[in-house]
Amino acid sequence: MIPETATGNRGLQLEEPLIFEQGTPGRIGVDLAPVPEAKSRLGGVVRKAPVGLPDLAEPQVVRHFVRLSQKNYSIDSGLFPLGSCTMKYNPRLNEKVARMPGFADLHPLQPVSTIQGALGMMHELGTWLTELTGMAEVTLAPAAGAHGELAGLMAIRAAHVARGDARKRVIVPDSAHGTNPASAVLCGYTVQSIPGTDDGRVDVATLKAALGPDVAAVMLTNPNTCGLFERDVKVIADAVHEVGAYFYGDGANFNAIVGRVKPAELGFDCMHINLHKTFSTPHGGGGPGSGPVVFAESLAHVAPGPRIRRQDDGSYTVEAVPGGPAVGRLKAFFGQAGMFTRALAYMKSLGRDGLYAASGDAVLAANYLMARLSEEMTPAFPGPAMHECLFDDGFLEGTGVSTLDFAKAMIDEGFHPMTMYFPLVVHGAMLIEPTETESKQALDQLVDALLSLARRAKAGEAEAFHAAPRYAPRRRLDETLAARKPVLRWTPPAEARAAAE
Amino acid sequence: MRYLPLTGEDRAEMLRVIGAPSIDALYSDVPADLLHGPEAFQAVAPGKSELQVEREMAAYARASRAAGDGPFFVGGGLYRHHVPAAVDHLIQRSEFLTAYTPYQPEIAQGTLQTLFEFQTQVALLTGMDVANASLYDGSTAAAEAGMMAVRITRRNKVVVAGSVHPHYRAVVQNQLGFAGIEVDLAPADPLAEDDVAARVDAGTAAVIVQNPGFFGQVRDLTALARAVHAKGALLIVAVTEAVSLGAVESPGAMGADIVVGEGQSFGNALTFGGPTVGLFATRSKFLRQMPGRLCGETVDADGRRGFVLTLSTREQHIRRDKATSNICTSAGLCATAFTIHLAMLGEQGLAHLAALNHALASRAADRLAAVPGLRLVNDTFFNEFTLDLGQPAAPVVERLAARGILAGIAPAALDGVEADAAALRNLLVVAVTELVTDEDVEALASALTEELSA
Repeated sequence: MIPETATGNRGLQLEEPLIFEQGTPGRIGVDLAPVPEAKSRLGGVVRKAPVGLPDLAEPQVVRHFVRLSQKNYSIDSGLFPLGSCTMKYNPRLNEKVARMPGFADLHPLQPVSTIQGALGMMHELGTWLTELTGMAEVTLAPAAGAHGELAGLMAIRAAHVARGDARKRVIVPDSAHGTNPASAVLCGYTVQSIPGTDDGRVDVATLKAALGPDVAAVMLTNPNTCGLFERDVKVIADAVHEVGAYFYGDGANFNAIVGRVKPAELGFDCMHINLHKTFSTPHGGGGPGSGPVVFAESLAHVAPGPRIRRQDDGSYTVEAVPGGPAVGRLKAFFGQAGMFTRALAYMKSLGRDGLYAASGDAVLAANYLMARLSEEMTPAFPGPAMHECLFDDGFLEGTGVSTLDFAKAMIDEGFHPMTMYFPLVVHGAMLIEPTETESKQALDQLVDALLSLARRAKAGEAEAFHAAPRYAPRRRLDETLAARKPVLRWTPPAEARAAAE
Repeated sequence: MRYLPLTGEDRAEMLRVIGAPSIDALYSDVPADLLHGPEAFQAVAPGKSELQVEREMAAYARASRAAGDGPFFVGGGLYRHHVPAAVDHLIQRSEFLTAYTPYQPEIAQGTLQTLFEFQTQVALLTGMDVANASLYDGSTAAAEAGMMAVRITRRNKVVVAGSVHPHYRAVVQNQLGFAGIEVDLAPADPLAEDDVAARVDAGTAAVIVQNPGFFGQVRDLTALARAVHAKGALLIVAVTEAVSLGAVESPGAMGADIVVGEGQSFGNALTFGGPTVGLFATRSKFLRQMPGRLCGETVDADGRRGFVLTLSTREQHIRRDKATSNICTSAGLCATAFTIHLAMLGEQGLAHLAALNHALASRAADRLAAVPGLRLVNDTFFNEFTLDLGQPAAPVVERLAARGILAGIAPAALDGVEADAAALRNLLVVAVTELVTDEDVEALASALTEELSA
């Protein structure tokens, strides 16, 4: 361990206290006009106690958050191979256009005559999404991928109910994102999980056996979370439709096939699209997301709003909540409009030829990693992989090094670790997704580091792995303690003392 | 293809290592008839240069009337406040903007500590014990709160007061309806005393009220909380204007069990309605039923304080179909903006900003109430109030927009008030923030004078 200093700081290793530990009454970080004389209309419901916020000047606040930012890994600092999360470069042009006053300084409840540009932008985005997927209708409202799943399932349920056929069961492969079953339950369904085959795909025979007249929908991720294309997707679609159920596409991995495959042709009745994954909107440390849903003709009549329509005179109108059998409102206002702007700027930048090239490069990069890493690591399934490649912990057997240890050791090599322990169907899973925006040099650097780590693990250097990370702002953090004794906020020292007594 | 670094040579070498003849060959699992080239997407334009894209997007941006282009009084759940320049600069730092969910806490302490500070700020503002690391927005947070109350009380009905934002009512009704929960919507009425306690029975899990209400009124919720609790139900309070919490008593101090809100007012632009930042706070005893992500304090292997995502055993990636919600996204970046802005305001700045909003709104209400033919409907408010124009408000709003004034919201046209639209037809909801000038108010007053007498 590095010896302590008086400040806790050493070189660029910064110890930054909480903002609450830095305030001094009497400081302020903003300029505000004097409060004019006016009659109070608060009806006596006035805040009595202070809020408890610290008072700081602007430079202190700026330094605090700059120093905090320096403790973060990000896609702009290096490769972020989180499988299934898709961390690709976020173009700054997207940020520039999103900040144009006609998008950023616009209120969704302004009269429709004053928001024609924003509606036009949304209409064009919707057109791109329906054209790229071959679908008939789109709703832009869902705030994230999981919200999109919920919206799609609501539409499915609404369609069943509209024809007087309330079904109860939704079938989800066990390799699906955990949000799939959770969304189905939120929509009032019971969930049946079905296992996959030894080659990482849905077991068609098991699925067919599970189908019946009470099945409302089957949810399928394609490409799936093992990084593989579900070859039998059409057979599955036919079987699903034969029992009168709908086929839900989890489009989280659309980035592997965008510009090459139209999901409508796979037989999906609806599919959500994570704009940040396929269309490069930034994820900001956990969000925001945006999860538009596209619908085939079979579900277009129940698709929720907003639906933006272009009139013959070129003006736009909006059906926020379509009415009839359609699903009601999913979120206040229009959805994540700021993400729409960024996604559309990205689509326009790449175009049909660029999207084709991007999905191809993403798949190429994943297969390149799989080919090279197979020298020391154990692929869970034979390729070809799609945009991500999956390894199990077979190569670590007998080394005393776990997937977690291996991932933490990557931090000391300067990389953000891959997705660990997902999908659940593979033991000690390591899911690696390079994306199309990494150069060959960056990919080779990652490969060299991983191969070297694998060799060191096999050579018996387990202790070094257990001690990792050693060079990050923090060593390994005690997650058990955090969960057993949750401390979820700062408490003023006086209160803390009183509470302890 | 400025975003794609691979050269033709790189691709050839990578294919050689893989042992594949072409990129298309890597798609061999896709049935041939389903695989297309760019020619199959003729309706989609080819790629464009940075300059071309910027021009096309700027054309869209110019085709709307931005809020800053003239007098502006639109609120209704989103508010136009001055955001200090440092806030947007800081959230555009790559390390915040382009980071992912902090799944590797050792190299995500920046995001995690910021979320811990955010959770603390939200708990302090709302007067609650704990807050989560944010949800999508206020409306979906309200629906999540309703479902959480159902889990806690094991009752199956949620009452929504007439004070609640119409869109929030619609979202709650839609989402809870699909989850099999009964929703009882009280009539939307700016003057109803919201005697929602009378709607509570033995099957009621919670009552959702909003303070300040959608029409502006500010209420002491203490008696309502007592009445709701006496019947074994929970009180959920929604706050759509977070700045109000600098002046109005906190929902926690008035007896709320769950507080949801929209945090857009701090640090975030209007952005045509999203992304925004959903606030969610509750009492310690309900912690494990709370949806969404939580950041918790812990120590590292050297005993130093650090932060991690915690209590994930409630979440979908562990509990799947038993999870407290399906949410696996927060509003991280918007929450960061919220936290930075609130840090710059501090105790003094927040109180000052709230007082300024209230005083300007109070003066504007007095000025507008002097316009012949209209009437100020609610006697209490924070920075938003309702006028009765004595004639349908929507056409007046349109005519004022044509004169360059965005006068506010005609609530009768919103989703969520269909049943009450007739009663609301003449109403106009007007918001006044620190960005509204005396000249703006004068322009609105004189334009209204002309329009109403015409």
